[in-house]
Amino acid sequence: MGTLIDEIVEWGGGVMGEEHMETLRLCVQCGKCTGGCPSGRNTALRTRKLFRMAQEDMKEEIFNAPELWFCTTCYTCYERCPKGVKCTDIIRTIRNLAAKEGHMSVPHRKIGVYALKTGHGVPIGPDQMKIRESIGLESQPPTTQKFKEQLEQFQKICKETGFDELIDFDWDKMNLKEAEAKK
Amino acid sequence: MSEETKEYAYFLGCITPNRYPGIEAAAKKIFKEFGIESKEMVGASCCPAPGVFGSFDMYTWLPIAARNLAIAEEMGLEIYVTCNGCFGSLQEADHLLKAHPKLKEKVNEILGKVGREYKGTTNVYHAVTLLHDDIGLDRLKEKVTKPMKGVNVAIHYGCHFLKPSEVRGLGSSETPFYLENLVKATGAKETVYKDKLMCCGAGGGVRTADTPTALEWARQKLVSMIEAGADCVIHPCAFCHLQLDRGQYEINEAFGTSFDLPVLHVMQFIALAMGMSEKEVGLDQQTTKMPEKLLK
Repeated sequence: MGTLIDEIVEWGGGVMGEEHMETLRLCVQCGKCTGGCPSGRNTALRTRKLFRMAQEDMKEEIFNAPELWFCTTCYTCYERCPKGVKCTDIIRTIRNLAAKEGHMSVPHRKIGVYALKTGHGVPIGPDQMKIRESIGLESQPPTTQKFKEQLEQFQKICKETGFDELIDFDWDKMNLKEAEAKK
Repeated sequence: MSEETKEYAYFLGCITPNRYPGIEAAAKKIFKEFGIESKEMVGASCCPAPGVFGSFDMYTWLPIAARNLAIAEEMGLEIYVTCNGCFGSLQEADHLLKAHPKLKEKVNEILGKVGREYKGTTNVYHAVTLLHDDIGLDRLKEKVTKPMKGVNVAIHYGCHFLKPSEVRGLGSSETPFYLENLVKATGAKETVYKDKLMCCGAGGGVRTADTPTALEWARQKLVSMIEAGADCVIHPCAFCHLQLDRGQYEINEAFGTSFDLPVLHVMQFIALAMGMSEKEVGLDQQTTKMPEKLLK
């Protein structure tokens, strides 16, 4: 089993390229990320600290840190890092690894439920259909929520990648498994 | 000079069509005025949100985004969007798949199982860049029949329109010009305010998992805009629209405040300047109310 950095490079590298993720090793703890972080003003998120923890292989601590999920992915740190550390993409990758080990909040899982049921993180309802009609648009846009065969493509992809299992989705109930829903 | 009719695939995403369809109406109408037809993408899904689904599992995020790109490719068209989340997701996915042939192969293995293929034959634009770069400010100015004289506008960029700048390619994320130029073209004046380039607080799953934190963040931004004397805020992102418009109701409920700063997607703002009505672009159907100043 490799270190957390190895895991980050492997997982994130598979999509964004290993070089992109290797930049985590270049962090010199200057703190420019944290200094300009809009989340850090209001939350416990300290990007510099997260990256130090990653370098020190403090996997469990990072995966259990609530502040890992306070990044809005605004990319301010990514733009400003003087060492070219791809901060935001590293945070997204750490979140992926945390989620794989079950660290994923119920509200986040529920966004996944909407997606698996409709193909949309934010689906349409009857009130919005009326508004659409009132301004001359079709009551429902021609997306996955309208066409079953299109939604099935979306669902099939999520089954192929294991997204349903990641969020503990129950296909019979079309909702989270009992234990998750109660949390 | 006669202009040929051009067609683009309009990728709607979720919040534009399902919460603020006025943005959709405004974009379609504006582009039609300039000879651009917006074609529907049948079967499109959530982009899926880069900071949300990208944070959960990027190996699900990518093939779903690629499927959306493939729909436009089948139509033989390039894409435009009216949400920064959709822009971030689709443009980044397209960028990665064009840069990494092996990744493309892997994604196509999955897409093949649902009868689709990503080829890399489309491009992703934001409605703002289409208007600014392709149509151009001169042609836009010709269509401004109701100049926004005397209107002070706070500009909010959101995040994924400009950033990461090495992928978006729209210039510096610290000294942007797109929205500034569009505002100027309508005859309005920009109100500079503290933290102009700061995020609205909604992205990355923060609004979903911790709404009070996301609202406090938006509240701070709204205070800065109001203190600087803004009559309204304009932005290029449907998700920011939700956070800033619906968010003001939620902030007022949560903090006992009485914010009512008009929020307009830049497409809605330009539609008004081009003579379209408040009702046509759904501005009478949202939380924040439009003042006379913007409508006369």
